[in-house]
Amino acid sequence: MNLTLRIWRQAGPATGGSMVEYDAGDIGPDMSFLEMLDVVNERLMERGEVPIAFDHDCREGICGSCSLMINGVAHGPERGTATCQLHMRSFADGDTISVEPWRARAFPIVKDLVVDRGAFDRIIQAGGYITAPTGSARDANTILISKDTVDTAMDAAQCIACGACVAACPNGSAALFTASKITHLGLLPQGQPERYGRALRMVAQMDIEHFGGCTLYGECQEACPKEISIDTITRMNRDFLRATLSQGHGAVARAD
Amino acid sequence: MRPLESGVPSGPIEQKWDKHRFEMKLVNPANKRKYTVLVVGSGLAGASAAATLSELGYNVKCFFFQDSPRRAHSIAAQGGINAAKNYRNDGDSIYRLFYDTVKGGDFRSREANVYRLAQISVEIIDQCVAQGVPFAREYGGLLANRSFGGAQVSRTFYARGQTGQQLLLGAYQQLEKEVGRGGVTVYPRTEMLDLIVVDGQARGIVTRDMVSGRISSHLGDAVVLGTGGYGNVFYLSTNAKGSNATAIWRAHKRGAAFANPCYTQIHPTCIPVSGEHQSKLTLMSESLRNDGRVWVPRQKGDQRRPEQIPENERDYYLERKYPSFGNLAPRDIASRAAKEACDQGLGVGERGLGVYLDFADAIKRLGEQTIRERYGNLFQMYQRITDENPFVGPMRIYPAVHYTMGGLWVDYNLMSTIPGLHVIGEANFSDHGANRLGASALMQGLADGYFVLPATIGEYLASSKPVRIGADHPDVRQAETEVTESTSKLLSIKGKRTVDSFHRELGKIMWDHCGMARNAAGLQRALQLIPELRAEFWSNVNVPGSDAELNQALEKAGRVADFLELGELMCADALHREESCGGHFREEYQTGDGEALRNDELFAYAAAWEYCGANQPERMHREPLGFEYVQLAQRSYK
Repeated sequence: MNLTLRIWRQAGPATGGSMVEYDAGDIGPDMSFLEMLDVVNERLMERGEVPIAFDHDCREGICGSCSLMINGVAHGPERGTATCQLHMRSFADGDTISVEPWRARAFPIVKDLVVDRGAFDRIIQAGGYITAPTGSARDANTILISKDTVDTAMDAAQCIACGACVAACPNGSAALFTASKITHLGLLPQGQPERYGRALRMVAQMDIEHFGGCTLYGECQEACPKEISIDTITRMNRDFLRATLSQGHGAVARAD
Repeated sequence: MRPLESGVPSGPIEQKWDKHRFEMKLVNPANKRKYTVLVVGSGLAGASAAATLSELGYNVKCFFFQDSPRRAHSIAAQGGINAAKNYRNDGDSIYRLFYDTVKGGDFRSREANVYRLAQISVEIIDQCVAQGVPFAREYGGLLANRSFGGAQVSRTFYARGQTGQQLLLGAYQQLEKEVGRGGVTVYPRTEMLDLIVVDGQARGIVTRDMVSGRISSHLGDAVVLGTGGYGNVFYLSTNAKGSNATAIWRAHKRGAAFANPCYTQIHPTCIPVSGEHQSKLTLMSESLRNDGRVWVPRQKGDQRRPEQIPENERDYYLERKYPSFGNLAPRDIASRAAKEACDQGLGVGERGLGVYLDFADAIKRLGEQTIRERYGNLFQMYQRITDENPFVGPMRIYPAVHYTMGGLWVDYNLMSTIPGLHVIGEANFSDHGANRLGASALMQGLADGYFVLPATIGEYLASSKPVRIGADHPDVRQAETEVTESTSKLLSIKGKRTVDSFHRELGKIMWDHCGMARNAAGLQRALQLIPELRAEFWSNVNVPGSDAELNQALEKAGRVADFLELGELMCADALHREESCGGHFREEYQTGDGEALRNDELFAYAAAWEYCGANQPERMHREPLGFEYVQLAQRSYK
């Protein structure tokens, strides 16, 4: 395949950037999208040019590093697929492909296609955990959890924190990311004692990080490589509302 | 070098760890605050250690090259984690898990460490459930289990095909909780480039901030490396692209002995290579062998589609050769059997380097829905990569480099030959001998990080009482200068070849001569080729860009420079070990029917190599391995 790439190049966080055109000839359909970029980079380096920086690591769709806006779609045209699992057979010979970084106020660009997603870690710090210090646990089978509950929790827990939901959202909201953690932990019996405080603190942190509000466009669930549903956002809103209403009335910690 | 004293406590094996825990010195809570521990790596071992040390009261700094600790490669582990819970009532016990692991490791591990691992396995599951890890459950709400290779009991806990992800997120969340509390400071996109040793003790690390390029030193009272394995020396492996050996290799060059570098695990079920452009290999979880049957056509060059080949013209070779373990034979054995079939010309797929993993019988027996529930995401991943649907036809699989059992030598306290330098998880050599069983890597990473290291590091700090040193200490300055110089050197060569082209060439040498089957002539050839390639690298590599920016080519160059040295040591170790054991198969040493032939009289030891200077052969030291509880025997899975 012979392709034309239009790629965002930006030398550093403080500089401006622009789309730069590259020819990508002789690309095989079995290559992954990132392998195609590897080939382009090898050719750039052979010419002594600086290669295109992009985040990637596991290349099997689970680490959440890769983060490319391909033709304006987060992770490209295939549903439920991270960029590293996207293959060139999804494109046609002669195509022009635009590649940009995630664009969101909360994700500043570091270089080229690399962005800073540290805000996600800080949302987790605010409450995305169950407090269980090492050594304090009782026997695992003393906690019973129905199969349906654990399956729903697992659906939400699959989030890879890639940030596609934020990039796809017209508001730049991190609602799907935050809601998936609130849903995962809030569904489990172990997560009950901290459930409402968690919702309050994580939602507050989203605002501090300058993520936009959720107005239920639903773009996030279309972009999510793990196909996490916006049902989780409804759960988050419910927990948050309940926590807000009962704040100061001592009912926050009570499980329902 | 500190002598190789394993420090295994005396007494019956069941009581060693408890006795040791009582005998170790404690650091009182007020004093813990005064100590700083540097943890490098944020995978299962690193994250669980950093979080637990912080909970205990230590000041912790945690360094990792990814942008978030949650992206460490433990995240990609699929199948599960072993624990001797015996919830299935199928005869499991701590002793059986211990026994299976020693036997699975082909009698090249330290018994006392393995027993402790089996003991702790039980607590790990409790800890993870308390954190909210959504392990699979039965309808009654109790935990579910599956089987894995090398065991006849069902002791593997799992969260769909994403167990590593869920366990890592558990540890990551605990770590972030501690970051929020102020006990841990994290350093993302930061790479460790050297170890600082002062008066023989590990006192700090030199790092490069991968965004600004700034080189700086961090000092502490102890250093913990949880930086994973070195499988990427082969270029193509199931490791993440960023996985590297730089931290352990540079610690090795500062005096930490490297044990059993030749023990590499080739995983039997990976998606075959599709072309020259391939950048990594993707594993299909071993758990698939629970329900998938491995076969090749009986007839060479059979061009028919797999479903057109009738039953009697298929060779289910694992079931035929190993009737009692069948498709669940351990990894090394299953990998070698696949290679053998392909070497005989029976391989399938375009390149003839593949065997079938067939689910037709399981789908018939259990229904498509059950198979989808068990392996849905794996089937999806396979289809995405190959464009073939495994519900319709069999998968094609081939072995690939997956895990390295070798690593920095550690004693029973997980301390290397440099006092104060502790090594945990895949980065050490301690528990898996010459072959790791499936679902045991997650177990070891978490055992080390949650339970062993947080206890043993106190013993070191309480007895060594490290004195304060400043950033202007000459040894600190010296290490910083050396790092800066070697970075500038890489940038100044301005040769003609890219870093990847060297890496690919090294990988091919390693795969051809130090891969699934090795022999003296091939290893000698590799020992000649690698130094030549290394010399060319240092005179002809081209690293564009500068050192004061995000420069991924520069990062890679440093890592490949280290692989070019480590690869040579792996071959030297493989050449010296004139026997076959586990993942190390020497063609000269095999039984009549092609099984690994150990030589316990001469080689029942861990080989720990001491660095002796650039381009000098390394010196080998032996830690003899005694087997008091599991009797030495030829492994049989027939």
